[in-house]
Amino acid sequence: MLGNALLLALRELRRNVMRSFLTMLGIIIGVGAVIILVTLGNGATQQVTEQIASLGSNLLMVTPGKRMGPGQSSAAPSFKLADAEAIARETSSLKTVAPVSSRGVTAIYANENWSTSVTGSTEEYFTVGNRHIKKGRMFTASDARLGTAVCVIGETVRAKLFDRQGPIGQHIRLNKLSCEVIGLLESKGQSTMGTDQDDLIIVPLRTFQRRIAGNEDVSMIQVSVKDGYSTERVKQEIGRLLRTRRHLSANEDDNFNVMDMKEIANMLSGTTRMMTGLLGAVAAVSLLVGGIGIMNIMLVSVTERTREIGTRLAIGALEREVLLQFLVEAVVLSSFGGIIGIVFALVASVGLTGIMKVPFVFNMPIVLIAFLFSAAVGVIFGYFPARKAARLDPIEALRYE
Amino acid sequence: MMNTSLIELRGVTKTYGTGTAAMQALRGVDLCIAQGEFVAVMGASGSGKSTCMNILGCLDTPTTGIYHFQGVEVGTLTRNQRALLRRHYLGFVFQGFNLLNRTSALENVELPLIYRHFSPATRHPQARRALAQVGLTGWEHHTPGELSGGQQQRVAIARAIVTQPIVLLADEPTGNLDSARSIEVMELLTSFNRDQGITIVMVTHEPDMAAFAKRVVHFRDGLIEKDHHNHVG
Repeated sequence: MLGNALLLALRELRRNVMRSFLTMLGIIIGVGAVIILVTLGNGATQQVTEQIASLGSNLLMVTPGKRMGPGQSSAAPSFKLADAEAIARETSSLKTVAPVSSRGVTAIYANENWSTSVTGSTEEYFTVGNRHIKKGRMFTASDARLGTAVCVIGETVRAKLFDRQGPIGQHIRLNKLSCEVIGLLESKGQSTMGTDQDDLIIVPLRTFQRRIAGNEDVSMIQVSVKDGYSTERVKQEIGRLLRTRRHLSANEDDNFNVMDMKEIANMLSGTTRMMTGLLGAVAAVSLLVGGIGIMNIMLVSVTERTREIGTRLAIGALEREVLLQFLVEAVVLSSFGGIIGIVFALVASVGLTGIMKVPFVFNMPIVLIAFLFSAAVGVIFGYFPARKAARLDPIEALRYE
Repeated sequence: MMNTSLIELRGVTKTYGTGTAAMQALRGVDLCIAQGEFVAVMGASGSGKSTCMNILGCLDTPTTGIYHFQGVEVGTLTRNQRALLRRHYLGFVFQGFNLLNRTSALENVELPLIYRHFSPATRHPQARRALAQVGLTGWEHHTPGELSGGQQQRVAIARAIVTQPIVLLADEPTGNLDSARSIEVMELLTSFNRDQGITIVMVTHEPDMAAFAKRVVHFRDGLIEKDHHNHVG
């Protein structure tokens, strides 16, 4: 019975190849969109997780401000260099501690200028951030102590200001400060959030505070925990130390925040996952629209083929055979559209992940769900037209012009 | 059952609509058709001949009266049972051919066999044989659009006889054809009646076509006005 219906349905669709394809297009696009978006979203999520994992799970970031939610904090007093020194001194099992302050600045060399950010820190910054010098040198303890006007620049800054010229030993102007380029960082490329990690200038913290910021503030303290030690314990130790140093009484909340990379990773992948879900839902709506398209065409087709249905009934087709034929036509259209959509989406996903430089994550469940959903769309939206066809009165249908 | 008739109508009436809008299409028709007859049904439009054909074809049921087909009372059957009756015992030829367009002659002829759940191995040769019987060998893969009207009607006849029905019901089979094609079609029908003993009931307007039948039944105002046998052949 089902085999028969399939045979009749396929012959019917073959009679109208172009219309069948156009009908399927809605499903193809719907299924394609769902799979492409989910695949790209999963790829992005995985990339975020991997990149953060590569930074090391032993990195802690201490920022001022009360924690209010992911990525939000309220205003609170800044840290000073002394806070970083205290953490380094009084907390056990640390590898390094780097105080960091930064702000936007326009760097000028000869008649070239470039808007970038300048970061004031100590030589520990390079250890924590896993940055290496490609040419020249990094600043020394004496540079840090004296606050000399020297800087290390990233590859992007070098390219913008110096073009082919060697930068080492040249002087660039950062606002009112003229400083000598002593080192060039090895390129690190784009970060997870799409920012250029080579678009930066690093100066000694003291230089930054005195000659650029004009205050003693430290906006963030990066802490690297020794391998094999619990970041959780270190977080608690730092919390206790900072509460004392910031004179918080027992009933006051922390006005600073110690985040480890795991939390940041969760926060970011949570965001991308949510975006993936949202986009997937929007795409699913287009699948529904595709289903309505199928119903529309099937209804038109039933009207157009009224005489044919009458002939089938006269020849001896049972009501349920006509119903099944039209239902199978709709399901073949939608599931065939689903398969084409899946193939198209996988090819497009491989291409797009390549262009967007995110890993291609093949997600079998979503492919299966999309296929089943498209087949279900055929059943749901095909049933009504099929029932209409099956219930036709053969005499009326044969007389239909 | 005692009667020898293949088809027996007794006091059949058919009323469409209800109340004042009611229209009585048949007003007590008695008709017996025996196995192997070739009956032409004539009458003006509105005379009730089409309604009678629909009832004979088990597409419709009488309002009152009895229709026995091979001794089975059709009026008591369900829609599906009547469909099965049509599938196994009846063949239909229509004025407008009613072939599936963009579908080859062979596939059109196969259609009733598909509904009989025949395997491809049996239905292909059977459909080819039916096409050969109507003289369309070599045209199996042409679609209706590529065939002349006469050829299309011959495909339709092949589709009707491929299941070897007991009764062939033809509703103005020559209505859309010129006289030469009409005569070809009538000769085909006559040969099926003569050689295979298929009972044929055919509605027609044209006395020339009715002349091919052995018996002519005239309808007028929902009743049989005249029922006589031709002595031509």
